Amino acid sequence: MVIFSTKKLISHVIKPIVFIALLAPLLWLGWHWSLLLENQPNGLTANPIEYTNRFLGGWGLKYILLTLLVSPLSQLTAMRKLMLLRRMVGLFAFSYVLLHFTSYTVLDHYFNWAEIWQDIVKRNFITIGMLGLLGLVPLAVTSTNRMIKKLGAKNWKRLHMLIYPISILGVFHFSMMRKGDQLEPKIYWSVLVFLLGYRVYRFYQRRAGA
Amino acid sequence: MLIKSRKNWQLSENEATPLSTYKTRRDVLRTMGIGAVASVGITSAGVASGLLGLGEARAESLSYIKSAYDPNEAQTSHNAVTGYNNYYEFGTGKEDPAKYAHALTTDPWVVEVAGEVKHTGSYSIEDLIRPHQLEERIYRMRCVEAWSMVIPWLGVPLADIIKRLEPTSRAKYVMFHTAVRHGEMPGIGRPVLSWPYVEGLRMDEAMNPLTLLSTGLYGEDLLPQNGAPIRLVVPWKYGFKGVKSIVKISFVEEQPQTSWEKSASDEYGFFANVNPQVSHPRWSQASERRIGEFRRRPTLMYNGYGEEVAHLYSGMDLAKYY
Repeated sequence: MVIFSTKKLISHVIKPIVFIALLAPLLWLGWHWSLLLENQPNGLTANPIEYTNRFLGGWGLKYILLTLLVSPLSQLTAMRKLMLLRRMVGLFAFSYVLLHFTSYTVLDHYFNWAEIWQDIVKRNFITIGMLGLLGLVPLAVTSTNRMIKKLGAKNWKRLHMLIYPISILGVFHFSMMRKGDQLEPKIYWSVLVFLLGYRVYRFYQRRAGA
Repeated sequence: MLIKSRKNWQLSENEATPLSTYKTRRDVLRTMGIGAVASVGITSAGVASGLLGLGEARAESLSYIKSAYDPNEAQTSHNAVTGYNNYYEFGTGKEDPAKYAHALTTDPWVVEVAGEVKHTGSYSIEDLIRPHQLEERIYRMRCVEAWSMVIPWLGVPLADIIKRLEPTSRAKYVMFHTAVRHGEMPGIGRPVLSWPYVEGLRMDEAMNPLTLLSTGLYGEDLLPQNGAPIRLVVPWKYGFKGVKSIVKISFVEEQPQTSWEKSASDEYGFFANVNPQVSHPRWSQASERRIGEFRRRPTLMYNGYGEEVAHLYSGMDLAKYY
C-alpha cells in the first residue's frame, strides 16, 4: 500500500485540481467567445469587449488577493505545505492581469498606442493599473527556483514584498474605475485590509516574541 | 421628383451594412476563426456588426409615420437595445434591467404636470400622447460610458406637448422625475443614486425639434427596461439625460440639480452634451464602441447633431458647462 506524503498529495492531486480551478474562468471566457463568433446566445453581454476586459481584470485582482491569502491560510491551519501552491496562484494572477492589459490594448483600443498612452498618462486609474502591472513583472520573472537561488532567499523575499503595494494599487484601480456603485470595491478593500492587517499583526507579534 | 436632402449627421446609404455583405463577413469570420477576428477588423470597422443578430424582423404593432430623422446607419439589434441597459433602479448590471424590469406596473400610468405651466394636472399616457401623431425617429444614442447604439424610437416631439401645456413666461427649465416603486425596483434599496432619478433640460433644449418623448421602439411599445411607458430621448446628449419611466414633468425657473450631478458633479454636468473634446475625468470621450462592432469609432461633436443644436450653446464654454 502506498501512502502519499502531504507533499506528494499537494503536488500530484491538489495542485492539478487548483490549476484547473484557476484556469476555469479563462476556459469559460474562451467558450463564450466561440459561442459569440458562432452567433449563439452567450454570456458576454451586448458589449463583449468591455465585458471581457472587466472579466479578466476582475479575476486578476481576485487572484492577487488569493495569492496573499495562501500564507495566512497555511499558518492559521498549520498546513505548511499549502505554501507549495503559492507560486502557481501568483503566476495565474500575473497571467490574468497580463491578459487584462492585452484585451485593453488589443480588443478595446486595437493597438492605438497614441490613445493608449494618453489614457495611461491622463487617467489616474489607468496610471495606477499600469504601475501595478509593471510591478508584477519582476515578481513573475523571479518566480523560478533558479532565480530564487541566484538572488538569495533574503533578497528574493524583499523583492517579493512588492506584492503588498501592488495589491493596494490593484484595488485602487478597480474602485476608481467604478461608477456610482461602490459595494463591490468595499468588499475588495475589506479583504485587502484583512490580508495586510494580518501581516502587520504577525510582524509586531514576532517582534514582541524576539 | 423626390429630392432627399442629406443632413450632415446622416451617413450616406453605403455606410450602412447591407444584409448580404454582413452575412458574407460572418462566413469569413467563421472560417478564419477567433484568431482572425482582429486582423479582419483592420480593414473594416463594421466587421462584427452582425455578431449579435442585427435587425431581426419584428411585428409592427403601432401605427406611426416615418420621419426624415434617419441617420441611415445600421440599427442596433433589438436584442442589444432591450438587453443591455443602464437603469439603476433595477440594478447596476447592464443585464439587470432586462431581468427585473418586467415587474414594473406601467398600466395605469399617471404623469403629473406641475409648476410654471397653465395646464397642470395628472395625465394618462393617452391624454399626453393621443392628440399627436406617433413618429419614428432613428437616432444615435451615445452613452457616457463610451458605447453607442442606433435606435428606432417612436414618440412625439416634446415641443408639441409643451406647446399644448402652455408654460408661463417664468418657465426656464423642464424637470423630469422617474418613478420610484418600492417592491418593483430592486435597485432602489441601495443608495447608488438619490431617488427619484431627476433630469432636466433648458427650455430651448426641450423645444428643439430633435427632443422626443418616446413611448416605443422598433415599432412596438417600450419595454420597461427601456423606460416604459414614456421616456425622454435627447440624441445630442449622453444617454443618461434620457430619463426613463417619467411620472412628473415640472416647469421651473431655476436649473434643477440632476441625480448624476448630485452624485458626482465633477464627472456629470447638467448639459452633458456629447463632446469628443471634453473628457470624462476618468476616460476619454474621443471615441466610442458601437454595440455590435469591434473597432472603436470617433465620437462626433453633439453626437453628429451639431447642425440642429450647436446654436443653443454659442458663446458657452463647453469645457466648463459639460
